Amino acid sequence: MRREGVPIIVVLPAAIGAAFFIVPLVGLIVRSPWGDAVTALSAPETLEALKLSLIASLSATAVALVLGVPLAWVYARVAFPGRDLRRALTTLPMVLPPVVGGIALLLAFGRRGLLGAWLASTFGITFPFTTVGVVMAETFVAMPFLILTVEAGLRSMDRRYEEAARALGASRWRVFIRVTLPLIGPSLFAGAVLCWARALGEFGATITFAGNFPGVTQTMPLAVYLLLGSNQEASFILSLVLLLISLVVLVGLRDRWLGFGST
Amino acid sequence: MRDRVVFVFAAALLAACGSSAGNASTSATPLSGTVSVFAAASLTAAFNALDADFQGANSSVTVKFNFAGTPTLVTQIEQGAPADVFASADTANMDKLKGDGFAAGTPQVFTRNKLEIVVAPGNPKGITGLADLAKPGVIYITEAPTVPAGKYALQALKMAGVTVTPKSLETDVKSVVSKIELGEADAGIVYTTDVTAAGSKVLGVPIPDANNVIATYPIVAVKATTNAAAANAFIAYVLSAAGQAKLQSFGFLSAS
Repeated sequence: MRREGVPIIVVLPAAIGAAFFIVPLVGLIVRSPWGDAVTALSAPETLEALKLSLIASLSATAVALVLGVPLAWVYARVAFPGRDLRRALTTLPMVLPPVVGGIALLLAFGRRGLLGAWLASTFGITFPFTTVGVVMAETFVAMPFLILTVEAGLRSMDRRYEEAARALGASRWRVFIRVTLPLIGPSLFAGAVLCWARALGEFGATITFAGNFPGVTQTMPLAVYLLLGSNQEASFILSLVLLLISLVVLVGLRDRWLGFGST
Repeated sequence: MRDRVVFVFAAALLAACGSSAGNASTSATPLSGTVSVFAAASLTAAFNALDADFQGANSSVTVKFNFAGTPTLVTQIEQGAPADVFASADTANMDKLKGDGFAAGTPQVFTRNKLEIVVAPGNPKGITGLADLAKPGVIYITEAPTVPAGKYALQALKMAGVTVTPKSLETDVKSVVSKIELGEADAGIVYTTDVTAAGSKVLGVPIPDANNVIATYPIVAVKATTNAAAANAFIAYVLSAAGQAKLQSFGFLSAS
């Protein structure tokens, strides 16, 4: 079989495209003060931001699993009027500027928001400037990634297994737990990891809705942004840590779950 | 055409007369092109208004503003952002830019600003001074200490002997004001000019001079500027009598 060469008209833009993504990462790696890495990473404010980021992003992922999987199931299985519109609205935060998401959250759950005013006056609960607020902002932005991935899994699975289990007398709940969930396991895992990675990198909605205070609402991306003005070296190192985590997530998912690696 | 050259020349000369240091461009070549002005967030309203007048006198020059927290601007300029003029909200960040070799010439102080406590209209929490910020039930927010306003706020609180933990360290003065407007926080420390700019949406509670910090705003042309003549003309206009009057109409104090 004759191998055809790749046309230059494709190679050139492809190479520029690849460089456009790779060069900024190289820049970050080259310009980072590796000698100060340990000092920067072990500074109390860095550790505080790292800890808060992990807690908040894992909580956001947990909330997304509890609320997002049922929602994905409804979108995949239940036909109701306006479903497509409803689904588009649910996944809107994926394309919405996160700052806009933060403003929307303030207007809904802020101290004078639609629900927030009632929650504040009735129960004395307020979300801005709290870690719960951070989790809300992260969930708002990241949950659509889980919903879309799980919904795709539900749509592509072979439903005959569920029907067989039902025919054999299993309850609907038992079928969901023992048949459906294991079958969509890869989608569920991939969705949760994507959701977690997006939550970890969240900036705009968090700083707008939850504010910025070390140990309470200052997550890693916020610390990176603020350190840029006072301690650039630490800011570069923290950026590298976030880059490394994202890279591990994507490479780890590549072959096993997302199917990018298959030929 | 000749009339126009004369007009621009006269305008530049006029601007130079108002400048104490007189580093304005007095060349007869008409100014043209674009001037990118990187200015502290607290200057937003005043500079936008001042620009309208500047454009009136220099119709062929386009001024583009980039307003942000001062340290963000310094980072942007040092990373090669195309800035022609830098207007800082403190001397520390200006000294950094100059020390790192990114300033052309000597920075000149063009205005000053005072701090004020910003609260919701009607002052529902009854804040009368800095000490009230520490009252239980008051949600106090301020700027991060890397932002000039945040640093000044800390100094003012220290002078007043008040210890208070803010709920949030915002990235610039404008976000503090907007969170007061939205009702998410009860009080913050910002510049007098921010309170003026927000109009009736917020209320200012003065801080006595003994505990107040006067912020000094220096301006300089950026070394990498590709339009030095227009950059200097803009700086000269800011320092001119007309520019100073415009700044003061927004609540800024005179340069000295």
